[in-house]
Amino acid sequence: MAALTREETEALIQEVLEIYPEQAKKDRAKHLAVNDQSLEKSNKCITSNRKSLPGVMTIRGCAYAGSKGVVWGPIKDMIHISHGPVGCGQYSRAGRRNYYVGTTGVNAFGTMNFTSDFTEKDIVFGGDKKLAKIITEIEGLFPLHKGISIQSECPIGLIGDDIEAVAKKGNKEINKPVVPVRCEGFRGVSQSLGHHIANDAIRDWVLENRDGDDSFPTTPYDVAVIGDYNIGGDAWASRTLLEEMGLRVVAQWSGDGTIAEIEKTPKVKLNLIHCYRSMNYIARHMEEKYKIPWIEYNFFGPTKIAESLRRIASHFDDTIKEGAERVIARYEAEYQAVIDKYKPRLQGKRVMLYIGGLRPRHVIGAYEDLGMEVVGTGYEFGHNDDYDRTIKEMGNATLLYDDVTGYEFEEFVKKVQPDLVGSGVKEKYIFQKMGVPFRQMHSWDYSGPYHGYDGFAIFARDMDMTINNPCWKQVKAPWKTAASSEAVKAVA
Amino acid sequence: MAKLRQCAIYGKGGIGKSTTTQNLVSALAELGNKVMIVGCDPKADSTRLILHAKAQTTIMSLAAEAGSVEDLELEDVLKVGYGGIKCVESGGPEPGVGCAGRGVITAINFLEEEGAYDDELDFVFYDVLGDVVCGGFAMPIRENKAQEIYIVCSGEMMAMYAANNIAKGIVKYANSGSVRLAGLICNSRETAREDELISALAAKIGTTMIHFVPRDNVVQRAEIRRMTVIEYEPQAKQADEYRQLAIKIRDNKNFIIPTPITMDELEELMMEFGIIDQEDESIIGKTAAAEASA
Repeated sequence: MAALTREETEALIQEVLEIYPEQAKKDRAKHLAVNDQSLEKSNKCITSNRKSLPGVMTIRGCAYAGSKGVVWGPIKDMIHISHGPVGCGQYSRAGRRNYYVGTTGVNAFGTMNFTSDFTEKDIVFGGDKKLAKIITEIEGLFPLHKGISIQSECPIGLIGDDIEAVAKKGNKEINKPVVPVRCEGFRGVSQSLGHHIANDAIRDWVLENRDGDDSFPTTPYDVAVIGDYNIGGDAWASRTLLEEMGLRVVAQWSGDGTIAEIEKTPKVKLNLIHCYRSMNYIARHMEEKYKIPWIEYNFFGPTKIAESLRRIASHFDDTIKEGAERVIARYEAEYQAVIDKYKPRLQGKRVMLYIGGLRPRHVIGAYEDLGMEVVGTGYEFGHNDDYDRTIKEMGNATLLYDDVTGYEFEEFVKKVQPDLVGSGVKEKYIFQKMGVPFRQMHSWDYSGPYHGYDGFAIFARDMDMTINNPCWKQVKAPWKTAASSEAVKAVA
Repeated sequence: MAKLRQCAIYGKGGIGKSTTTQNLVSALAELGNKVMIVGCDPKADSTRLILHAKAQTTIMSLAAEAGSVEDLELEDVLKVGYGGIKCVESGGPEPGVGCAGRGVITAINFLEEEGAYDDELDFVFYDVLGDVVCGGFAMPIRENKAQEIYIVCSGEMMAMYAANNIAKGIVKYANSGSVRLAGLICNSRETAREDELISALAAKIGTTMIHFVPRDNVVQRAEIRRMTVIEYEPQAKQADEYRQLAIKIRDNKNFIIPTPITMDELEELMMEFGIIDQEDESIIGKTAAAEASA
C-alpha cells in the first residue's frame, strides 16, 4: 500500500473520530495528529499527558507501575516492598525482564515479590506496624540486601500510613537506606508521574548519601548510564561500547544497577540519558546541584549508535573521540553484514508503533537502517517534550497518536495496513488474530537485547522472523475458506 | 411478626446520641420489642449502659486478633444485655491511623453474612460517629440497611448546622435508595425557646421534632453506674420521657426525603430565635487592635 498523503491521513483521523460522542471526539481529536517536520513545537499539533477518557480502553499503567516496575524495581541489591494488598506486586513480578547478575534471594532480589499483603484489618488499623516488622524480618532473612524501598499501593494514600516515619526508624535499626516512595497508583494520569515521584525519592533519600565523601577514586572519563533498564540485557550491550571507547561506566540506572552505583553517580563527569521520559528529572537535578551535564543518546541501530557515540565523545578529549571512531570502525563489518542479510528481506516494509515514553521515537532509526519505514507512532505516557523530539524523526504526513484507544489503534491499523505492529502484550493477540505480524516492544517479546551493535543483530533477526514468518500465509478466517462458504450456501 | 425496622441515629459529636439511643432502646425492650444495637464508632461506647461494661470488645479488634474477620463467629462479637438487647460494636483504629470508615463497612458486612439480622428482631439501631466524614460512616444508610434516620440535636447553633448537613447526606442516599428521614430528637440543652426552634427547623427540613427530651440529672447518675435511666430508676420522670420517645418511634409513619435548607435560611432562623445576632458587615476581618484605634 502506498504512503498516505497529508490529506488522506487527516481524513483517516476524522473518519476514526466519527464514532465518538461530541465531547469525546473533541477531546480525542487533540491527541491525534498528522506529522509535520516543519513544526518546532509539538504543542501546535498534539496534546499529551492528560487524563484518559473513561470507556476508551487506554493502554496506560499507574504511578506504582512507574515507580516500582520501572525506576526502582531493577535496582537489584535492594528489596522493594510493595506496600498494600498482594496483587500489585504479584501480578507485576518479573514482567519487565530486567536482567541482572547475582544470586536471587541472596544478594539480588529482582525477580522476587516482597509485599505487606494487606487484609481488611491492615486497612482499618493501618499498616505501619506491619511494615516495620517486615523491615526487621528482611534484615534477618536476607542480610546481604543493601537497602529497602517502600512502594506505596493505592490504599496507603487513603489510610495515611506514615511510611516516612517507618522508613526513618527502619534506617536507624538496620543501618541501610530505607526509602519511602509515595507512588500510589491513583496519582497522576499514567505511570509517568510514578517515574517523577521515584526520581524525587532517589533525590531526597539516596543521592546525597556520599556528599562530602571523596574516598571513591574518580577519573576524567566517568559516566553514568541513566534510563537503561537492561531489558533482555540492553544495558550490557550498551555499556560494552562505552567502555571500549575509553569511558568508565560508574553507574547503571537502574537495570542491573546497585544502590552503591546510584550513590556514586554525583561523582561522574557526564550523565548519559537513554530513557529521557523516566529519568530526565534526576539528570536535571544533578545538573543543577552537582553541575554534571547530561546528554541524550540513542543506541538503537548503527546510524543512531554512531551519531550518539560521536556526540558523547564530543564532551571528552581526543582519546575518547578516537575511541568512538575506533568502536564504530570495529563493528562496521558486523553491522554491515546484518544489514546486507536482512535489508533485502525487509526493504520497504511499513511499521506502526505504540509504546511507552522513549521507544516510539528511539527505534525509528533502527528500522530505517533495515530499509523499513515507521508510518505511525505514539506514546502511552509521553509529554510534549517527547513529541517535540518525535516530529523530526518521523516522516511528513505520518500518523501520531497519543494515549491511543483500543478502538483507534485497531482502526488505524486496518486502514494503514502496516507490515508490522510493535506494541505491548495487551495489543499483541488482537493484531495477530487480525493476521498482522506483531512484536512486543516493551519486553522485546522474550528476546533482546536490542541496544548496541549486538542488539541490532538480534533486532534485525526478530523483525525478519516475524514479518517473513510463513505462518501469516496460513492465517485465514475459517468463514473465508471455499469449503465453508459452500456449506453456508447449502444450509441456506 | 412485623418486618424488621432498621434505624440509624446521627447527630453532632457529644450531643448525646449514645445515651439517648440506649435509653430509647431499653424502653423499646420494656415494651416487649426485640432490639439490637450496632455501634458504629471506633470509641465503642454505644452499648456500655446496656452491658454495664466499660467498652464492649469490638468486631474489628477481635478480627485483628484472630487474623481476619472471616475467622470470627457471631457469638464472639454479640453480647446480650438489659432486656435481652443484643449488642455489637464495630470498633476501629485509634485516632490518626488506618481507616475507621472501612471498619464500619467490614463490621456491618460481617453481621449480615453471619445472620445477625434474624427473624426474631423487631428493631436494629445504628449509633453512628458524630461526623459522617467518609463513605464508611454512611454505610448504615446505604441500600438495604437503615431505612429510618433520626437526628439528635439541640437548640445550639452547631448542633443545628450538623442536623441540616446530615439531612443533606440523607438526600443523596434517599434518591437512590429507600432511606428516609424519620424525625429530629431534641436532647435539650436548655437554650431559649428550644422546642419551638427545633420544631421550626424540623418543619423547614420537612420532618417533625418527634420528641423533646428534657435535661435531667438522673441521666448522669445512671451513666455513672453504667446503666440507662430505664433500668436504674424506672419510676423517674425522665424514664417516662424515654418511654414516650420509644412509643412515638414505634408508631412513627412519617418517613420523608428531607428538604435541607441553605446556610442563609438556617442563619435567618437562628436570628429569628435570637441564637445569633444580625451580622455586622463592618466588623468582618477587623482585629481588636484595629477596632480600638478606629
